[in-house]
Amino acid sequence: MNIAIVKYNAGNIYSVDYALKRLGVEAIITSDKEMLMKADKVIFPGVGEAETTMNFLREQKLDALIKDLKQPVLGICLGMQLMCRHSEEGNADCLGIFDIDVKKFQPTRHEDKVPHMGWNTITDTNSALFKGFDKEEFVYFVHSFYVPKNEFTAATTDYILPYSSALHKDNFYATQFHPEKSGVVGERILRNFIEL
Amino acid sequence: MLAKRIIPCLDIKDGQTVKGTNFVNLRQAGDPVELGRTYSEQGADELVFLDITASHEGRKTFTDLVKRVAANISIPFTVGGGIHELKDVDRLLSAGADKVSINSAAIKNPQLIDEIAKHFGAQVCVVAIDAKQTPQGWKCYLNGGRVETDKYLFNWAKEANERGAGEILFTSMDHDGVKTGYANNALATLSDSLSIPVIASGGAGAMEHFRDTFIEGKADAALAASVFHFGEIKIPELKLYLSEQGINVRR
Repeated sequence: MNIAIVKYNAGNIYSVDYALKRLGVEAIITSDKEMLMKADKVIFPGVGEAETTMNFLREQKLDALIKDLKQPVLGICLGMQLMCRHSEEGNADCLGIFDIDVKKFQPTRHEDKVPHMGWNTITDTNSALFKGFDKEEFVYFVHSFYVPKNEFTAATTDYILPYSSALHKDNFYATQFHPEKSGVVGERILRNFIEL
Repeated sequence: MLAKRIIPCLDIKDGQTVKGTNFVNLRQAGDPVELGRTYSEQGADELVFLDITASHEGRKTFTDLVKRVAANISIPFTVGGGIHELKDVDRLLSAGADKVSINSAAIKNPQLIDEIAKHFGAQVCVVAIDAKQTPQGWKCYLNGGRVETDKYLFNWAKEANERGAGEILFTSMDHDGVKTGYANNALATLSDSLSIPVIASGGAGAMEHFRDTFIEGKADAALAASVFHFGEIKIPELKLYLSEQGINVRR
């Protein structure tokens, strides 16, 4: 098993690597196009700002490469948002793998704070990422922008409104939450991805 | 629904966990990584590692410990102590920390909050405030309560929020180590006036204190140390109790 983590100017790449190591998987952290294309699985993590990150991906010509990957790909957090069509964060055009736009949370009550930060539940899970899930589980979120519900929604979370906490289309999987920081539940999701 | 968070805090000195009463008389409480992993397995929602001697001894935070924590623990954690500038933040985040907590450095140089938020995102920047009640109101203190500042709790928290802090970690020095409950009135005022989460700290002695700070104090998270380190409150029992009290917690 050859797992590559896309290396780019984003945080939390090493958190993903540590999480894989805890599962006994040694990943390669790389921005090398050959290595990414040859990997059995690719993880596209991300903490950062959408527009800056998209510009970086374009400069490195990683944008076209990620879109064309044929093996299972897992986008995490900003990684998931960048796999969508457009983001209100920096008015950024994104990769367009998922034909849906990323919106900023608009809270209407004081107690609905932004960023949505902490542990929340995922429901209506319908992707191989959640194989074996038979009840609502808590996972860890940190984000200010969200993906509305759409035809690719693979899990739903309710914060301010019900939105997509996971997406799935063909070989592309994505989670808005951080499986690498979601304790044993997150480990099950990462293991499900590894075993796809 | 977003869960209320339970956060054990590990005060670190020379690589070991310590916890004092009213910030003095430190007692040993174990290896930070082992303790952190145990808390994670018991259901802690996050962890905080504070290098409590860093501030007055000018010691840099323990990057190696942060790496060990990141490698071994699968829940988010915050690191504080000894953070003076952006490159300290970069070093700690690169070592695997999810957030940094700044206290003295933010009071001395409030611009640091803006810089951290701009470079790493607001969610990374926890502004910790130690305050005491004085005849003039709640005042902020530095260096474990040894140095009074000219800042007032509510104004300073508001300013930190506006500058881009992701969370406020408020420790009442009047309540810390006394185990008679959190400073819920001040916490509720903070929670009502800020647009970011508030973490209650200082005063946990019984399970009811957690319930009260979530309800009366309107806290988003509750932090405690010695009650967990010495097994006076066990996290699974605390979470069962809180859920029976109608508070949404992760179980």
